[in-house]
Amino acid sequence: MTRIGIVAEQEGETRVAATPATTTKLLGLGYEVVVERGAGERSAFPDTAYAEAGATLVDGDEAWASPIVFKVDAPTQAEIDRLSDGATVIGLMSPALRPDLREALSTRGITALAMDAVPRISRAQSLDVLSSMANIAGYRAVVEAAHEFGRFFTGQVTAAGKVPPAKVLVAGAGVAGLAAIGAASSMGAIVRATDPRPEVADQVRSIGGEYLPIEVEEQMVSSDGYAKATSEAYDARAAEVYSEQAADVDIVITTAQIPGRAAPRLLTAADVASMKSGSVIVDMAASSGGNVEGSVAGEKIVTDNGVIILGYTDLAGRLPAQASQLYGTNLVNLMKLLTPGKDGQLVIDFDDIVQRSVTIVRDGAETWPPPPVQVSASPAAAPVEAAAPPAPKRTMSKGAKLGLGVLAAAALFVIAAVAPAPLPQHFTVLALSIVVGFYVIGKVAHALHTPLMSVTNAISGIIVVGAMLQLTNDNLLVQILAGIAVLLASINIFGGFAVTRRMLRMFSKGDQR
Amino acid sequence: MTAEALAGAAYLVAALLFILSLAGLSKHETSRAGVAYGIAGMAIAIVATAWLMVQDAIFSPAGLVGLVILVVAMLVGAAIGLWRARVVEMTGMPELIALLHSFVGAAAVLVGWNGALFDSGLEGSLRDIHHAEVFIGVFIGGVTFTGSIVAFLKLSARMSSKPLVLPGKNVLNIGALVLFLALTVWYVITP
Repeated sequence: MTRIGIVAEQEGETRVAATPATTTKLLGLGYEVVVERGAGERSAFPDTAYAEAGATLVDGDEAWASPIVFKVDAPTQAEIDRLSDGATVIGLMSPALRPDLREALSTRGITALAMDAVPRISRAQSLDVLSSMANIAGYRAVVEAAHEFGRFFTGQVTAAGKVPPAKVLVAGAGVAGLAAIGAASSMGAIVRATDPRPEVADQVRSIGGEYLPIEVEEQMVSSDGYAKATSEAYDARAAEVYSEQAADVDIVITTAQIPGRAAPRLLTAADVASMKSGSVIVDMAASSGGNVEGSVAGEKIVTDNGVIILGYTDLAGRLPAQASQLYGTNLVNLMKLLTPGKDGQLVIDFDDIVQRSVTIVRDGAETWPPPPVQVSASPAAAPVEAAAPPAPKRTMSKGAKLGLGVLAAAALFVIAAVAPAPLPQHFTVLALSIVVGFYVIGKVAHALHTPLMSVTNAISGIIVVGAMLQLTNDNLLVQILAGIAVLLASINIFGGFAVTRRMLRMFSKGDQR
Repeated sequence: MTAEALAGAAYLVAALLFILSLAGLSKHETSRAGVAYGIAGMAIAIVATAWLMVQDAIFSPAGLVGLVILVVAMLVGAAIGLWRARVVEMTGMPELIALLHSFVGAAAVLVGWNGALFDSGLEGSLRDIHHAEVFIGVFIGGVTFTGSIVAFLKLSARMSSKPLVLPGKNVLNIGALVLFLALTVWYVITP
């Protein structure tokens, strides 16, 4: 049974690497958990809560001497000295930017795992700290902006006059950007978003934002799930879009970051100067150079024309209980991966790409950088033929549409008028069912497309009725053919409905996991 | 009340249930009820038709043979369908649906052939219209069948997913449609 030490963080870090809830889960994996006294205080987790969850409360030195140490921030040199020989330390290490830290860790057989080096593959999503922290930071960015902004987000009509809704521009629709879009639009603001990857347009729309395309003849196809640097033509067009938007919107939230590089400059000083007094900018990339000219990491700046620029770098930490809970859960998921026997024995399997990627130092030997990981879900694997500029869609003019409509109505009218007895009724049914089908299927929730397809398909098995009526024919050949038709249609009917029910069962709330 | 009138009423109810089914499938909360409506509608339509058959067939040997074929075919079909639906992996779902859809196309083709094989007893322009319907029905059934089979093969990676782009595909498609129209006319006017 190995001991896990949850240590207190340095001053200024509000998060903690385990909550009482995640402590219980760690115990379930067979580990013993010790918590440094006061470690959870700034996240509103009192010592007693850890004790109730089954952890032992100890002083700092004892927690640091554990064979496994959970941290949030990267350890300092002094903290590394407190680790015991051969210990494993897990935290946010930013390994690409901190060669000094990797060096410092490569001593005394220490193993270091960087939670922020988890590859972006679907299997590893449950331990992707960057995503969970970005989600919180995006939400908090909107809260901070709303705090500084002197007006409502939502539009109102009151007895004291009309209030227009605030306009929010979110630059970059990654995890943080999407969280910001969702938070701002649920507060009632008009939200616009930009992103170099056109495939995020649907995601932006689905949470209430409006996607502003930046149209140039190239499209970014991401092979590792992160955004990359953009071309000159793109940047020129984007600059125009940002300048236009800056003059119009009340709040700008920028999230554009490229791993291991300086953040791209999105808003120039001139753009900021063109904004209305009282507008708020939240630069979420301030720590890596900033997307906005004039932003300062960790500080609130008020420009000469009254625009507030927030460069806070601890946005996730400003929601400490939430951030600790998600970070702690990410750590539990990592430990699940590293404890295949659920017996409290830590095993690092270098053949597993996730475990390989997070390990920056193993037994005192530096193992950074890991081999590159391709995101399997990305479309880049195939040669991209779609890169050719899409042919402009030929849309019919209004007149042509009207003409066609009139023509079709006239044709239907003539056919129905001249056709003999039973046909007009059939046409009535056909026409009505087309209309009903159009309206019924028109507004289906996205997730239900496949079940709807499958039920529609099962219903199309109604052809069985036609086949059944032919079964009583005197001609044996007709009967056999009709029998085969009944067989095929029945497979479809029974299979179709059964498969739909199975699919829908997956959507049921509550009893998951 | 004749059996036909009963069947007609049952078909109306079934049709309404199908509409409710599709409408129910547009929201998560009502989706399960939607499937139930669909099943009920299908059951009503099949029972009504079976009742019609029984009325029709009970006194003729051919009719009895037909009833036996019906029961056997439906039981076998139901068994195969339920079995496939139970064992399919969730990721294999689109393939299964494509394959099932191709069965409908094939059934429609067979029903159409049958329509051509026996004398419908219709006269004059109604007979022509019947012929046209049979021809169009077989055409659409055939397109559904081959299209769904290709979709199935592509989804299950038994066939390359690269789009097959023939030179002048629009001309080819329109040509095929025109040819189909001409053949329909020819089929209708030849006795």
